[in-house]
Amino acid sequence: MQNRFLNAKTLRRENAKIYFLAASRRSFLKYFAPLPLCVFALIFFSSVVSAQIAIKGETVWTMTGEPMTNGIVLIKNGKIEAVGTAASVNIPSDYRVINAKVVTPGLIDAHTVIGLNGYLNQPHDQMALDNGASFQPELRATDAYNAEEKLVEWVRQYGVTTIHTGHQPSALASGQTMIAKTAGKNVDEATIVPTAMIAVTLGNAANATGRSPGTRAKQVAMLRAELIKAQENETKTEKAKDLKSLIMARVIKREIPLLVTAEAAQDIMTAIRIAKEFNIRIVLDGASDGHTLINEIKASGFPVIVHATMARPGGERANLSLENASKLRAAGIPVALQSGYEGYVPKTRIVLFEAAMAAANGLSKRDALAAITIDAAKILGIDNRVGSLTVGKDADIAMYDGDPFEFTTHCTGTIIDGKIVSTVVR
Amino acid sequence: MKRIFPAIIVFVSLAVTSAAQDNAIAYLNARIIPIVGQPIEQGVLLVQGGKITAVGDARTVRLSSDVTIVDLAGKTIMPGLVDTHSHIGGPAGADSTGPIQPDVRILDSLNARSSSIQRAQAGGITTANVMPGSGHLDSGQTLYLKLRDDAVKIDDILIFDKDGKYMGGIKFANGTNSLRSAGGSFPGTRAKSAALVREQFIKAQEYRDKIQKAGSDKSKLPARDLAMEALLEVLDGKRMVHFHTHRHDDIMTALRLQKEFGFRIVLQHVSEAWKVADEIAKAKAPASIIMIDAPGGKLETVDVGYQNGVALEKAGALVGFHTDDSITDSRWFLRSAGLAVRAGMSPDAALYGMTLAGAKMLDLDARVGSLEVGKDADFIVLSGDPLSVYTHVLQTYVEGKKVFDRSDPKDYIYAVGGKGATDDGDMSSHIHCFDGDLGGGN
Repeated sequence: MQNRFLNAKTLRRENAKIYFLAASRRSFLKYFAPLPLCVFALIFFSSVVSAQIAIKGETVWTMTGEPMTNGIVLIKNGKIEAVGTAASVNIPSDYRVINAKVVTPGLIDAHTVIGLNGYLNQPHDQMALDNGASFQPELRATDAYNAEEKLVEWVRQYGVTTIHTGHQPSALASGQTMIAKTAGKNVDEATIVPTAMIAVTLGNAANATGRSPGTRAKQVAMLRAELIKAQENETKTEKAKDLKSLIMARVIKREIPLLVTAEAAQDIMTAIRIAKEFNIRIVLDGASDGHTLINEIKASGFPVIVHATMARPGGERANLSLENASKLRAAGIPVALQSGYEGYVPKTRIVLFEAAMAAANGLSKRDALAAITIDAAKILGIDNRVGSLTVGKDADIAMYDGDPFEFTTHCTGTIIDGKIVSTVVR
Repeated sequence: MKRIFPAIIVFVSLAVTSAAQDNAIAYLNARIIPIVGQPIEQGVLLVQGGKITAVGDARTVRLSSDVTIVDLAGKTIMPGLVDTHSHIGGPAGADSTGPIQPDVRILDSLNARSSSIQRAQAGGITTANVMPGSGHLDSGQTLYLKLRDDAVKIDDILIFDKDGKYMGGIKFANGTNSLRSAGGSFPGTRAKSAALVREQFIKAQEYRDKIQKAGSDKSKLPARDLAMEALLEVLDGKRMVHFHTHRHDDIMTALRLQKEFGFRIVLQHVSEAWKVADEIAKAKAPASIIMIDAPGGKLETVDVGYQNGVALEKAGALVGFHTDDSITDSRWFLRSAGLAVRAGMSPDAALYGMTLAGAKMLDLDARVGSLEVGKDADFIVLSGDPLSVYTHVLQTYVEGKKVFDRSDPKDYIYAVGGKGATDDGDMSSHIHCFDGDLGGGN
C-alpha cells in the first residue's frame, strides 16, 4: 500500500534515528555514562527535543473550534508551537513539513487494559486481575505496565497516543489505573499519571467464587465498610500506613476518583449513592443502562466513560445501545468513549473504531472525536497537556488519509511529544 | 478480478411487460449493485413471486400501470448478505463424549425464534450457514438458513435442495481448540488430530464399500450408522466440509486431508491465509475470512492478517466473509468488507465476497448472492455506500418479503439495541468458534 501523504521511507529513517537517540538518553540517565559519552548524548538529545515539524493538514481538527481547512500545526521541543491557517502561520525554513489529509489531536482511549493484559492471552501476559482477594486498591498499574506490549504498538498505529489503562473490571476493587502515552520503551518513559483511579466493579462481574462478595448487596456492604474504615483512619492522629489505607486515604480526600464499572441500572444508581454518602469522586464506567437513567446521571454531576460502542450485548449489557453515548451527550453529561476490557477476541478494540460507530449512530462527528480527545482528557484530568491542538500542549498528533471514522480510511502517521512514533499505514 | 456479465439489461423491458400482470413490485431509482455486472446508477429491480424478474436501468424501462412502484432514489440496493459462518439461534452440536460426532445436527438444536436472527436481518444478512463450535475435530452438521421473518419453528427458515432435502454442511476444526490436555478420546497434539480424522474417513470408505458390495441385497447392508452416513455424504461430495483453521500449517493440514479423501471444503477463519494464499488458490479451496480488530486473544491467531482478503484475492482464491457471530456482530457484517478494503482488497472483490462468493461456498449461487433474473429476491436497501461506516441497512428482503425495516420502531431496536432488544435473553450467542471450547460442553 502506498502512503500518499507521508514519505514513508524518510519517516522510517527519522524514526530509527529517534529511537537510537532515545536509547542514548536512557543509558545516560540510568547508568551515569562516562563524561565524553554524556556530552555526546546531550548534544544528540537536544537535537531530538528541538526536532521541528510543521504539519500541513487539508482538514485540521483542533478540537478548540470548528475544523480548520488548510491548517498548519508547528511543533517545537515536543510541544505545539503554533496552530493556524496557512495564511496565518509561517513555516520556518528549517522545519520538516509533513502533509496529511486530516489531522487530529492524538487519540485518547479513556479506558483500556492494554499494557497489563497482553495480546497472547496466556497466563503470563494477563496481569490486570489478581484473583487472591476481592478488594485490592493497593495494586499499582505501573508495577505491571509493559510499554512494549504488542497491543500498545497496535493502537498507536491507529493514532491512539494516550491510554487510561490498568486493572480490569472483574473484582470489587481490582487495583489502580494509570495514564500513559503509547510511546516510550518502559513504564517510566510512558507514564504521565502513575495512579489515576481505583478500578471498582459493581454487578455480576464483581462476584467472586469461594469468597465474598457473592451478591450485589454484599458488594456494597464491603465497599462501604472499606470507605468507612478509610474515613475513620483520617480522623486518627496515628494513621494506619498499610498500602490499602494509604491509597484509600487518597480516595476519601478526593485526590483520586473511583472508576466504577456499572452496566446495569441498579449498579449505576448504587455507584451514585455511595459517592454521595462518602463525598468521594467517581467516574462512571460502562453504563450500558445509562440511556435509561439520563436525569439521574446528569443530576449526579459525574462523567461517564461509555462502554465500547460495539461491545457485545447480553447479560448486564442487555439494554446496550449504539446510541448510548449520543443520548448521554445530548443531555449535557460529560462523555468519553473507551475500548474497554476484552477477555478474548479481539484482545483489544480500537477506540477510533468505537467512536466511528458512535458517529454513525447519533453522535455528531465533532462530538465523537471529542469523546476520544478533549472530552476524554477532561474526564481524565489531563486536558492541560493533551486532547486538543493548542499552543503549549504536548505535540500528540494523529494523521489520516480521509475521514478518520471511515472504514476505508487509514491512519498514516502518529506523533507523540513531537516524535514520529508510527508511520505504518493502518 | 473482473466479473462483468453485461447481458442482463437487454431483457428488462420484456420481463417487465409480462411480470406486470400479477402484483409485481418495482424498486426504482436506487443505485443497484448487482454483483454480477456493473453497478446501475439509476436502476430498477423488479420482483414478483419472491423472485427477481428484471434488473436494469430505470431510465430505459417502461413499467405497466399495475406495477407497484417503490421509489428508492438516493438509496443503494445490493444482494442480501451471505454469512458463511454464524452461530445465531444459539445452536450446540457435539457433546463432551468424543472429538468426532458427525451424527449430531444443528437442525435439532437451533432456536428459530432467537432475537439473534432479527439482528442478523438488521445487518442485511439473508442467508447464513449456522454451525456448531470448534471444540471438536468434527462438531456436527451445519444448517444453511434463509432468514425469513416470523419463524415459529426451524422448518420455517430452512433451505431445501431440488430433492426436497434441507441443506447444510459439516463442521470440522483443527488447531488448538479441539485439543485437550487431559487426553481421553480427544487429541492432545495436531498429529493426533489429523490421525483421528483420517481414521474416521477410512471407516467411512469401508462403510461405503460394504454398501456397494451389498448392491440390491438388503440383507448384506451394514447396520445403519448415523455418523458414517454423514461422512459418506461428505465423501460423495454431497455435504460441504466447513473447516475451522487458523495457523498456516493447520491450513495445509486441512488441504492435505481434503486431497486424500476428496471431499469438498471451505476453509473457515484462515487467520494466516496471507502466508499460504498461493497454496490455497492452487488447491482451489474457497476461503471465508473474518475481520478482527486486533491480533491475538489466542496463540494461533497472533498473526491474523487484515491483509488476508487482498492476499487471497491476488492469489486468485475465492474469498468470502463471515461474522462468527457473536465474535463479530451480525448487525455490522458489512464492516468486514470495509476493513478488508482498508487493508487493500478491491471493493468489487470485497462486495462479491459478502454475497456471491459466500453463496458459492454454500452451493446456493444459483439462487442467491447476486441480483439476476430468476434468482430469489433477497436484497438489501442501504442509505449509501456499502463500505461506509455512516451507511445503514434500511430494509432487508428475503424472497421478496420485507423482513427488516429500520423505520419500524420494533425493527429499529434490533439494529441499534436499547431497552427491550433482548427480552428473549438471547442477545448474545455464547457459542462461537473463533475461540472454541464453547462448542457444546467440553
